[in-house]
Amino acid sequence: MTFSLPVLVSVAVLGLVGIGLAGLLVTRNLIKVVVGLQVIVKGGMLAMVLAGKLSGQLQTGAALALTVIVADTIVSVVALAFAVQVRRQFGTLDIQALSTLRR
Amino acid sequence: MFDLLIVAATLVCALQAIRSPRLLMSALWLASASALTALMMYRLGAPEVAVIELSVGAGLVTVLFVFAINIAGEEPSVELKALVPWPLAWAAALGAIALGAWMAIPGLRPEATLLETVPFARVVWENRALDVLLQVVLIIGGVLAVLGLLSTGSAHAQKENQ
Repeated sequence: MTFSLPVLVSVAVLGLVGIGLAGLLVTRNLIKVVVGLQVIVKGGMLAMVLAGKLSGQLQTGAALALTVIVADTIVSVVALAFAVQVRRQFGTLDIQALSTLRR
Repeated sequence: MFDLLIVAATLVCALQAIRSPRLLMSALWLASASALTALMMYRLGAPEVAVIELSVGAGLVTVLFVFAINIAGEEPSVELKALVPWPLAWAAALGAIALGAWMAIPGLRPEATLLETVPFARVVWENRALDVLLQVVLIIGGVLAVLGLLSTGSAHAQKENQ
């Protein structure tokens, strides 16, 4: 049984988005939230390159994926710095404990 | 066949990144998922982005994760009850996958012939100049935010300690 590359990549896109969504729903750890976001964004990035390939404008899709890489890296950097600060101030990474925002 | 292996390995790595109880292992699984994503991009014919994804997604982000886990400390997340029960979360994720497949799969068509033969660098610097500007602003904003976030504690904490 053989699959074409676009079908396989779209399976990967859907799988990555689904797995990341499940991770975001389940986790209570602030750093794990960033991991889930990263997984979802990887799916989105692949989808952009795939859409570029299927519409015959691969370079434009790749340029958009580049923007997504930069934005995603900045988001994870800021979120990790935030997690470090939360751990220092509150002594925990549990997002349930943060819901009161009280020390 | 090779592509099928790459896709399966990517999904397994992502799943392990979500499920692994230890944060450090989670970051390493994420790095391997990122590397396999870069390989898939290369197979799709976008080697420039694949290289950037490999160096930034699998390299820089992993270093940042290890750095943050090192400072914040490993917190045993095993005994924490999940926010949403696992079966419910998987049902929601499968629903999202099914909806996405319902919308996306009929739109899949045979690959179009490449309309543009301009090099990648020209597309980025000339056609997408606004995106480049946005990226520069984002990077500067991110650096400023991290500097602010990591330094606010010190002056405040010193005052509190006295």
